[in-house]
Amino acid sequence: MTKTNSPNPDSLLKLQDMTRSYPGLLANDQVNLTLNKGEIHALLGENGAGKSTLVKMIYGVLKPDSGQIFWQGKRIAINSPAAARELGIAMVFQHFSLFDSLTVLENIVLGLEAHEAGNNLEERIIEISEKYGLPLEPSRLVYSLSVGERQRIEIIRCLLQNPGLLIMDEPTSVLTPQEVETLFETLRRLCDEGMSILYISHKLDEIKALCRQATILRHGRVVASVRVQDETTNSLAAKMIGEDLGTVKMTSAHPPGELRFVVNKLDYPATDQLSVSLRQVSLEVRGGEILGIAGVAGNGQDELLGVLNGEVQTRPSSAIRIDNKDCAHQGPDQRRNLGLASIPSERLGHGAVPGLTLNENTLLTAHERMGLVRMGLIDFQKSEEFGCKIIRDFDVRCHGVEAEAGSLSGGNLQKFIVGREINQKPSVLVVSQPTWGVDAGAAQAIRVALRELADSGTAIVVISQDLDELIEISDRLAAICSGVLSRALPTAEVTLEQIGLMMSGVETLDNEASE
Amino acid sequence: MVDILIPAIITIITASTPLVYAALGEMITEKSGVLNLGVEGMMLMGAVIGFIAVTQTSSVMLGILAAMLAGAGMSLIFAMLVLGLQATQVATGLALTIFGIGLSALVGQGLVGVAYEGIPKLPIPLLSDIPFIGPILFKHDILVYGSFVITVLVSWFLRKTRAGLILRAVGDSHDAAHAIGYPVIKIRCLAILFGGAMAGIAGGYLSLSYSPLWIENMSAGRGWIALALVVFATWRPGRVFFGAYLFGGITILQLHAQAMGAGVPSQVMSMLPYLATIMVLVLISRDQKKIKMNSPACIGQPFHPSS
Repeated sequence: MTKTNSPNPDSLLKLQDMTRSYPGLLANDQVNLTLNKGEIHALLGENGAGKSTLVKMIYGVLKPDSGQIFWQGKRIAINSPAAARELGIAMVFQHFSLFDSLTVLENIVLGLEAHEAGNNLEERIIEISEKYGLPLEPSRLVYSLSVGERQRIEIIRCLLQNPGLLIMDEPTSVLTPQEVETLFETLRRLCDEGMSILYISHKLDEIKALCRQATILRHGRVVASVRVQDETTNSLAAKMIGEDLGTVKMTSAHPPGELRFVVNKLDYPATDQLSVSLRQVSLEVRGGEILGIAGVAGNGQDELLGVLNGEVQTRPSSAIRIDNKDCAHQGPDQRRNLGLASIPSERLGHGAVPGLTLNENTLLTAHERMGLVRMGLIDFQKSEEFGCKIIRDFDVRCHGVEAEAGSLSGGNLQKFIVGREINQKPSVLVVSQPTWGVDAGAAQAIRVALRELADSGTAIVVISQDLDELIEISDRLAAICSGVLSRALPTAEVTLEQIGLMMSGVETLDNEASE
Repeated sequence: MVDILIPAIITIITASTPLVYAALGEMITEKSGVLNLGVEGMMLMGAVIGFIAVTQTSSVMLGILAAMLAGAGMSLIFAMLVLGLQATQVATGLALTIFGIGLSALVGQGLVGVAYEGIPKLPIPLLSDIPFIGPILFKHDILVYGSFVITVLVSWFLRKTRAGLILRAVGDSHDAAHAIGYPVIKIRCLAILFGGAMAGIAGGYLSLSYSPLWIENMSAGRGWIALALVVFATWRPGRVFFGAYLFGGITILQLHAQAMGAGVPSQVMSMLPYLATIMVLVLISRDQKKIKMNSPACIGQPFHPSS
C-alpha cells in the first residue's frame, strides 16, 4: 500500500485505481474519485461507461479486481451491501429493489438490519416523510403505488439508516418535472445537513442544477474530474461523449400534410386492477408531423400503444383511422398492411424475440410490407439484404444478421428495431420510449432518424417520458394522465410548466386559452 | 348416530393429516419461489425409511426423525440440482418423484408384509374425557397434534416474523432481495429442506400410523394432491389446512356413502373429493388482490446472481 496519497481530512470516500473486468470487457479501468463531506457529487457518463459497476463496488455488490477504497481516511474493504450500510453508505437503485406484493412498511423493514427496525418504525417513517417532503402511506401495497412513490420508499429506507453517503442511480428518469424539483429540494436539504450524495446521471441540466463536483467516465475510464460551475452543459457533453452529437434539424415550416392518422373519442376500459382505462382519447396527426405524448409512467401509455398498434382491438371501427380507413377493429398485421408500424417500449420480448436472430426478427414485422414471404415460403436472401441494410443504415454494432437479438446491447438492439420499422417506410409510426436506456449517441441517432422519417411524409406519434426528447423532436405536444389525453399544443409555444401541469392532469389550459 | 360419527370424524382427521404436512411444507418451498414437484417421491422415501427405522429400533421418535431426514435428504438432491446447477425446476421435480417411487420400492423390498402395530395414541388427560369432543380432538398420536401445531406455527412464521417476511420477499422478487443483500440461494435451500422434511413426515405418517405397514407406492397420489392444494389455497396456511380437511373429509364420506350403497356409480363418488376441493377453494380464493398479495411472483424462475 502506497502512502503517497495522504487522504484529505475532509474526504468521506476516496477511490483509488479501482479496476473491474468482465469477460471481454474492462468495465472500470483504474478509476479514481474523491468525495467530500456535504457534497453532491455527480458521476456522469453514457450507458455502458461503467458508472453502475463503480457504484456497485462502492456498495459492496461487486468486488473490485484491484484498487483501494478509503472511508474517512481509512482503507477498508466492502464485501457486502450489509457492510456498506454498516459504514453509512446507502443506495437508491435505478431499478428499485421493491417487493410488489408487500406493504410499504414491510418493504422498508426488509431494507434494514433487524436491530435497526425497532418497534416505532412506522412513526419514524412518518416523521422522516414529513421532514423531507416525501409523503407516503406505510400500509399501502407497493404494486398500487406510482413510480415516484416507489422511489420515496427507497429514499426513506436509506434515510432511516442515517447514512453519511447516499448514492442515487439515475433517480429522475421516471419523474415529472415537478417531482424532480421536489426531489432536488430534498437532496439539497440532506446535503445542508452534512450528508454526501453521489448522483449518477447522464442528464446534464440536472447536474448543472444540483451538483458541485463531477467525475466523468467514458469507456470505464475517468476522462475528467471537474467543478460543475466551471463547465457548460455543452462542455460536459463533449467530455462525456467524446465526440459531437448530430442535432435534430427541425425544418422550420412544414407544409401541412394530409391527415394520416386519426383517433376519435376512443374508450378502452382497464382489463385488470393494474392497468389504466383510456377515456375519450382523441388525436390527429398529419403527414410530416410528430406528435409527442408526455406523461409519467403508468398513466396509460402501454394501453395507448396497444390500442393504437392493434394489439388490442376496440369498437367502433371508425375510432381509429389510418389514411381514411377504419381500423380500430383490426389486429396488428392488418394495420401493418394499412401502413402502420409500431415500436413498443420493451425491446426484449415485445419489440424483438431475444432468442431469434436479427434476420428472423426482421421477418416478424416486415414480411408483408417488404415482400419477404412468397407463397408461404421465406425468401431468406431478400430478408438478409433487408436486415443488412438496416444494420448499415443505422450503424448497428453486431456480428451481422445472424446475431441473436438478445446478444445485442440495449442501444444497438433499439437502433435495429427502429431501423426495421423506419426502413419499411410506414405511413404512420407509433413509437413508445424510443430511447429508453439507450446511450446518448444512439439516442440521438434514433431521434434524427425519426425526424427524417417525418420529413419524408410519415405521421409519427412518440410516447415518451423524456421531456427533453419530446421537445426536441415533436411538432406538437400532448400529455397523458390517468388514461386521459390532453389537447395537443404546438411545441414552440408551450412552456415546461404547462407540460408539467398537463402531465399531472390539471386542466388549466382551457382557461389560459380563453384569456 | 354418535357411534358412527365419532369414528368417521377420526378417520377424516387421519386421512387429512398427511396432506396438511405435505402441503404446508410445499407451501413454504413455493413461498420462497421454488416449485418442487417431487413431493410424492419425498413422501414415499419418508414412508419407507421411517418404517425401517421404527421396525429396527422400535423407537417412535427415531422413526419420525428418520422419515423427516429421508424427505429432507431427497429435497437436498433437488436443491443441489435446482439451486446449484440451475436445473429446470419442473423437470427436476418430476424426476425426483419418479426416482423416489423407484428407490423406495427397492429399499422396501423386504418390508412388504412386515407388521407394525402403529405409533401409540397419546390421549391428553382430562381433555380426552370430554364427551364427543374428547375422542375427536384429544385421542390422537403425536403426529396429528403436530399437524395442528405446525399449521399455527407456519401461519405465525409467515405473518409475524422477520424471517417469514424475508422468505416472502425472496419469493416475490429474488432480484430485489439479492440487491438488498439477502442470501437468496441459502434461503431457498432452507425452504426446500423444510418442504422435504414435511413431506417426509407426511410419508412417515402413512407408514407408521395411517396404515402401519409398507407397500410400494403407498402414498397413492397424495403428493400431487398436496401440490394442488397449495395452489388452490392461494398460498395461505389456513386455507391449505382447510383444503386438506375438505379433501380428506369428502374422501372418507364418499367411502362411507359407497359402503352404504348410494345409488351413484363409484367412479363418480371417487371423483367427488377432487371436484369439491377444487371448486370450493377456487370459489373462496378468487379475490384478485389477495391472489396477487399471496402468490410468490417469481415461482419456478431460476435465479442467477448477476455478480
